[in-house]
Amino acid sequence: MSSQNLTIVQAVRDGLYTEMNLDDEVLVMGEDVGKNGGVFRATEGLWDEFGDDRVIDTPLAESGIVGTAVGMAAMGLKPVPEIQFSGFMYPGFDQIVSHMSRFRNRTRGRYTLPMVLRAPYGGGIRAPESHSESKEMFYAHEAGLKVVIPSTPYDTKGLLISAIRDPDPVIFMEPKLIYRAFRGEVPEEEYTVPIGEAAVRREGTDVSVFTFGAMTRPTLEAVENLEAEGIDAEVVDIRTISPLDRETIVESFKKTGRAVVVHEAPKNGGLGAEITATIQEEALLYQEAPVKRVAGYDVPYPLYALEDYYLPSVARVEEGIREAVNF
Amino acid sequence: MSVLQRDPQDQVRVLDEDGTVVGEVPDIDDETLVEMYRYMRLARHFDTRAVSLQRQGRMGTYPPLSGQEGAQIGSAIALDEQDWMVPSYREHGASLLRGLPLKQTLLYWMGHEKGNEMPEGVNIFPPAVPIASQIPHATGAAWAKKLRGEDDTAVICYFGDGATSEGDFHEGLNFAGVFDTPNVFFCNNNQWAISVPRERQTASETLAQKATAYGIDGVQVDGMDPLAVYSVTKAALDKAKNPAEGEGRPTLIEAVQYRFGAHTTADDPTVYRDDEEVEKWKAKDPIPRLESFLRETGRIDDEGVEAIEADVKQRVADAIEAAESDPRPDPSEMFNHAYAERTPEIQAQYEEFEALREKFGDEGFLRE
Ligand SMILES: Cc1ncc(C[n+]2csc(CCOP(=O)(O)OP(=O)(O)O)c2C)c(N)n1
Ligand SMILES: [Mg+2]
Repeated sequence: MSSQNLTIVQAVRDGLYTEMNLDDEVLVMGEDVGKNGGVFRATEGLWDEFGDDRVIDTPLAESGIVGTAVGMAAMGLKPVPEIQFSGFMYPGFDQIVSHMSRFRNRTRGRYTLPMVLRAPYGGGIRAPESHSESKEMFYAHEAGLKVVIPSTPYDTKGLLISAIRDPDPVIFMEPKLIYRAFRGEVPEEEYTVPIGEAAVRREGTDVSVFTFGAMTRPTLEAVENLEAEGIDAEVVDIRTISPLDRETIVESFKKTGRAVVVHEAPKNGGLGAEITATIQEEALLYQEAPVKRVAGYDVPYPLYALEDYYLPSVARVEEGIREAVNF
Repeated sequence: MSVLQRDPQDQVRVLDEDGTVVGEVPDIDDETLVEMYRYMRLARHFDTRAVSLQRQGRMGTYPPLSGQEGAQIGSAIALDEQDWMVPSYREHGASLLRGLPLKQTLLYWMGHEKGNEMPEGVNIFPPAVPIASQIPHATGAAWAKKLRGEDDTAVICYFGDGATSEGDFHEGLNFAGVFDTPNVFFCNNNQWAISVPRERQTASETLAQKATAYGIDGVQVDGMDPLAVYSVTKAALDKAKNPAEGEGRPTLIEAVQYRFGAHTTADDPTVYRDDEEVEKWKAKDPIPRLESFLRETGRIDDEGVEAIEADVKQRVADAIEAAESDPRPDPSEMFNHAYAERTPEIQAQYEEFEALREKFGDEGFLRE
């Protein structure tokens, strides 16, 4: 296998390119995805390669984008619509929760939607209003959707290909803060990373830290810093928000008895709540400390002058881990 | 016959590309005409400076307006004091004319919520980033004025060509038609929605003709001709407040124009459009067009133009100085305005936040 050294956004492009070459039914659609190659360049060069019928610049209408993709998918195509920023999914929200998630169930399996809705999410890039939120739980709350968030170039390509091949609709949220933050080895060939499996990024015995997406970076940094204080933390990258890999979560927790969850989404109703409940349901007797949530605050995401104060920082994660360990 | 009663395809024009009069010059006093020119120059200079502030890292992503001054100033200057404006994110010029200080606009794009704290008496909504989402608000605001019997007030709403593809455009205009609200829907058709050309938004020949389906008037105007823009906007505002027997209040105006620069400072337009096209539209630049009209008709001379240039530079420099020396917002401000009062949960998070700040200082939060 030959491999390339790619960023996350390049791995998105490579995943699309690989799968479009293998499967004529796969097509890309959305705002500015064609000639412009996407505002983040996630579809760069695909329009030249595959033409106007498979890389489609649509009118500016998210309900139209999601709704027509639903119709296409019901006819057997495999559309991969892009929503330019996850903050602009809401005009298409009705289509997502009323139809995209439910076609299979409503027709008792007669019609299925093999589609993937991609959108960059999250804060930290000094972007304008409505461009920085992290609202993965809206979709995790919706039965019938799978919700995937990668954090490495390798996982990005592998999970995206899995998502495209998945018989069910997938919301694929991309951590734009780390779109270009680092590179990683990505095979040129096709490969998959399974949906529904978390990954242990670092093994440890004192505390389990659960995170995903862009927050894997401050988390790993915090955990490294805490080595000096004699804290040996395990880091679990959730990767699939729904369906959640409860087995890996519980297994890690049973080993450490302490947990911290880090996400940039608001604390109230965030994935931290679901992980905490899972631990309490399945591993209560192993628990040695309250589960600590280091999350966005329950206020609207601020304009960028204050965004660093909103997002979990390395110091906040470190403090959260200390709290869990020293309880 | 009103300037609004025409085919949506029949574009209203007063000045040609050289500033020569080719239509009916609206009834505006000399002083206002010169003010119009001053504000257009101000908007252009502000824009140039804002782009360079972004390039120097002194401001975040910024959406430039150059090329669109004729539409913004020509329309906003037609508003009466009590009227309301519901803008998109590109109306820095129109907002300024409505009374929003440039300092506020700068603060907003520098990432401070304070930029949206409208001064008392400035009848303007905060800029709407989600495309077209402001259109139903404008309908609702106008409807409220009508329901309360404030018949002297109209609401102007700005949005782009791309916005006409969203459901909110349809719903906002449809409500306006059904409830006959005092609205002016002002579409800045600058030919592009980022990289997507106007023809990709709709198979309709014009955007103005979409009004027909909502049972309201639609008119197309040369958006780079400030006098024509003034004429149609004024007529539409008058009709919104005082419709003649059998006339509806709302109007859709399609102002045909061009964005000279990038969509935002994060965009590279050379990827999707040719220089030739840009040059073609630059020949229609609204500023020299109005200037030559004012010179030809003896309303302004070299001295007047120079004085305006100096004034404009000073005002922009002052605004930048004021915005940059404005104290950084205190981080705890983010907990203040989610509700009238902090909920117990927000209060607890605020206290935790302050304790962390106490312990780690700002370095505990700021990323490089
Ligand atoms: C609902 C929504 N979808 C997508 C975007 C991203 N976006 C920002 S501006 C823009 C193009 C807008 O074009 P147009 O309406 O013509 O206005 P212009 O920017 O040209 O003034 C897009 C797609 C957004 N802000 N909101
Ligand atoms: Mg436009």
